[in-house]
Amino acid sequence: MKFLRDIVDKFKPTFSEGGKLSFLHSTFDALETFLFVPNHTTHSGGHIRDGIDLKRTMFIVVIALLPALMFGMWNLGYQFHRATGMEVSLFENFWYGMIQTLPIIIVSYGVGLGIEMAFAQFKGHPVNEGFLVTGLLIPMVMPADVPLWMVGLATAFAVVIGKEVFGGTGMNLLNPALTARMFLYIGYTPEMSGDKCWVPIADGVATMDGYSGATTLGNVGVASSNGTPWSDSLLSWGTSISDSIMGTIPGSIAETSVIAILLGAVILIVTGVGSWKIMLSTIIGALFMGGVLNLAGGNAWYDMPAWYHLVIGGFMFGTVFMTTDPVSAAQTERGKWIYGFFIGLLTVLIRVYNPGYPEGIMMAILLMNVFAPLIDYRVIQSNIKKRLNRVKA
Amino acid sequence: MSTEVIEKVEVKKETEALFSKKRKSLVSNPMDSDNPITIQVLGICSALAVTIALQGTLIMAFAVMFVVMMANVVISALRNTIPNRIRIIVQLVVVATLVATVDQTLRAFAYEQSKALSVFVGLIITNCIVMGRLEAFAMGNKPWDSLLDGFGNSLGYAWIIIAIAFVRELLGAGKLFGFQVLDKAWYTANGFFATPAAACIILGVIIWILRARSGYVED
Repeated sequence: MKFLRDIVDKFKPTFSEGGKLSFLHSTFDALETFLFVPNHTTHSGGHIRDGIDLKRTMFIVVIALLPALMFGMWNLGYQFHRATGMEVSLFENFWYGMIQTLPIIIVSYGVGLGIEMAFAQFKGHPVNEGFLVTGLLIPMVMPADVPLWMVGLATAFAVVIGKEVFGGTGMNLLNPALTARMFLYIGYTPEMSGDKCWVPIADGVATMDGYSGATTLGNVGVASSNGTPWSDSLLSWGTSISDSIMGTIPGSIAETSVIAILLGAVILIVTGVGSWKIMLSTIIGALFMGGVLNLAGGNAWYDMPAWYHLVIGGFMFGTVFMTTDPVSAAQTERGKWIYGFFIGLLTVLIRVYNPGYPEGIMMAILLMNVFAPLIDYRVIQSNIKKRLNRVKA
Repeated sequence: MSTEVIEKVEVKKETEALFSKKRKSLVSNPMDSDNPITIQVLGICSALAVTIALQGTLIMAFAVMFVVMMANVVISALRNTIPNRIRIIVQLVVVATLVATVDQTLRAFAYEQSKALSVFVGLIITNCIVMGRLEAFAMGNKPWDSLLDGFGNSLGYAWIIIAIAFVRELLGAGKLFGFQVLDKAWYTANGFFATPAAACIILGVIIWILRARSGYVED
């Protein structure tokens, strides 16, 4: 530690005001505060400073993401070896998935941090830590077979159009990770959906009989348009409900395992970083809408028990890590309930009514991101009204 | 911004040069510092709807140019005889006549393009730029000035939508004017740029660049 401190101190004057490289000071700051606790002190007034700053908050989220990511890597290897009919050890599965996933993570961080630093330099702001989580979330919601240049393009789009134009970290209207995914989903639909993109299998590699690679969402969608019952669609290759809960199903890299994601949810809730109100209300919203559709009945989508919506597709991942994004979510306590409830409701609605877009949670969250400020405004206004009435009475 | 009336100097001077400095600015201002789309943010609806390919966009640009210029001249010529209380309806009648002319001409001579542009030619009637120029300029200025003003504003509108269409057709299909310019062998067409949402974002980026350059800040 002393050694590092000495190095940092040695170079500090070069980057401080008047130094030779002072124009790079925000990059230097970012590095220094990454290595050491920031020594900024408030200049006036009696402020109580909490030990938890943006960097630590972001770090907790990264820790919460790790179980899902680790499981996702293992699952990728598991899916591949199962499809090609090979029996391999746990470690080999994990290794295979890691080799597939790491380049995506590196590209996401490289492009995103590069752009963030360039903007910070240009505007003379300090570099923000906001991208630490976004940069990991982007690869986690990608299909494993996505070309790397697409990841780079989507990251650049999300950081510049989704975040920097609004003023950078903390000012963005939309969740940047979902903006990146949405950009690819609309722009390159064939590479982002269907049954080929989830598990990378090279051309010519033989797969087992019965292997399809389709997700549960895809299967139920097919069943509903064919008029077959929903239960049949879950019997096909590796998409039973217990598989869905465990996570041994095809899907975006880290979205599959409900258990690993709930582990992350516990970390977020215990540390108070993620709002349990939003998570709970999202689940309530999905169950409510699913229940209403169950009563209506009709095709496979309507008949599927409401709680299945919670474990298939990206619902859990979105609920735990995307809806709780403190920037783009509703801020007021009552607003959080409304915000989450409508995300859940819209997710099920989009899944069932729009066969073109099987993954409803992505769109539901982005849509409610846009409405979050309005929700907050109404909540605050109604509170003011209530209190005014109390004064009058 | 859009309600300026050029004060006439005819009292002092008998004749003003056909292309005096002030008259040149009638054409050049709307190209940049007083652009109907990027500064006044008018006519957005058609800028998003018709910009998927350059060819249709170009036709749309000419159609708007014709309507704005002619309407400006006609209303400017009639301006002293139009009763103030019914001026909007008079303007609408003139604009609707011109738009119907354009629409029918396109149907007669460029049927395919007319079909591709569908209702948006007819919707030039509701393009805010047309009514905006009539209200803000033609009602208070002479026909020649109004013609120049109409020309400038429609050109300002045209270059923005052509720029948007250029980006959208190039990235969305790898084509320009229908010709494949980006080889399909290495270029994957980005479907996002084929959606009107992309036009909204490209327009935003154009506004961003122009305002960063000019330092214009919204009040």
